[in-house]
Amino acid sequence: MDRNHLKRQVDFMKRSFLDQGYLDEQFIQLEELQDDDNPNFVEEIVTLFFNDSARLLQNIEQALVSGPIDFPSLDNYMHQFKGSSSSIGAKRVKNECTRFKEYCTAGNAEGCLRTFVQVKQEHAILKTKLETYFQLAKQAGPSGTSGGQIR
Amino acid sequence: MSGMVLGDDEWVDGWAWEANLKRESKEIALSLPPLSPPAQDMLGLLSSIGAMGMATESQFHVLAVDDSLIDRKLIEKLLKISSFQVTTVDSGTKALEFLGLHEHDQSKPSTLTISPNNHQEVEVNLIITDYCMPGMTGYDLLKKIKESSSLRNIPVVIMSSENVPSRISRCLEEGAEEFFLKPVRLADVNRLRPHMMKTKLKDPIQEKHEKHEDKDDETEKPEHVFLSIFLLEELHLPKRQLVILPNHIHVLESERTKLSFGSFGVDFGVTTSYVSGP
Repeated sequence: MDRNHLKRQVDFMKRSFLDQGYLDEQFIQLEELQDDDNPNFVEEIVTLFFNDSARLLQNIEQALVSGPIDFPSLDNYMHQFKGSSSSIGAKRVKNECTRFKEYCTAGNAEGCLRTFVQVKQEHAILKTKLETYFQLAKQAGPSGTSGGQIR
Repeated sequence: MSGMVLGDDEWVDGWAWEANLKRESKEIALSLPPLSPPAQDMLGLLSSIGAMGMATESQFHVLAVDDSLIDRKLIEKLLKISSFQVTTVDSGTKALEFLGLHEHDQSKPSTLTISPNNHQEVEVNLIITDYCMPGMTGYDLLKKIKESSSLRNIPVVIMSSENVPSRISRCLEEGAEEFFLKPVRLADVNRLRPHMMKTKLKDPIQEKHEKHEDKDDETEKPEHVFLSIFLLEELHLPKRQLVILPNHIHVLESERTKLSFGSFGVDFGVTTSYVSGP
């Protein structure tokens, strides 16, 4: 496939993620840190995020279903999760985390449970979108993304 | 004669003279003894020391403390891209261990001491730490560092995902240089260098000055502080050209060179001697 066409597709995809609020400016910042020494930095850090967050989400799930809810502990997990989400520019995920934390602070178990479903959903959606994105970027070859080179 | 420590009386040859430096509004002129062309070139870098130039650029070592794996990776990247040496740890306790600080008594912060082995090897020019960490928070870490006589001059920067004004002012009051809101960006990291440069040049001079004041030595003029080996290392002078006495650095070479420094706010002098030998 024409490389320029692929590159345009990649850019378009990224732009749509930004427009639809899946990602924010922080993701662009990450891409700008990518260089020849570390051409896959963004993909690496995103992969790290999804691995790390899977663990956190499991902990939260456990905390929600087993016995009386320990709100401070929940809030702590969610704080970590929200932080990482923010660091990679996962805007929608981050916003759901904020809502969750609000219910947590209010000691609202039902609110927490409902919001948690949203958190997991946004997390899964973003994961799929970014997997596609990185795959496409690789196909587009060097300078597949505006930040630097993906080989 | 390469880099050994001589006693005060162990002079070997020729002449010795003292260069006094006067602090004039913006300039300190330093007369050193003759230097070989390569050494002169290196010392030419001193002229940009006011702007804290290239001699120091890749030498700063930052210790980053954050319990989040993602944030550690991010801050490490930001710091490396800015040409800093980076060490990351995941807790305040590990940070203190790395800095060579051991707590002998939890209730008396003033008894924190430096482990003799670690002190000289690990040089950290700035500590950047997350605020919210389990166990020892970034604020606790900041306090311990500022309470330690050996570490308190290391600039500390706090990062936090939450914009809480009272938290920010508390940290700044405790001595933090900056407070960054997460996610941290390159623009933030670019603000770190000036803090490190200030301390890198000030500390060894102050240390020497303090040591000097303790010494009951009538031959030394009290207002003189001597260039530390540290500063001269910054100038990339080969060590074999230096002979180190307790209070003096002797630079061995052949022509006179006049250099100017930026103002450091202290007077300092250099004693030099010409010593024969390899």
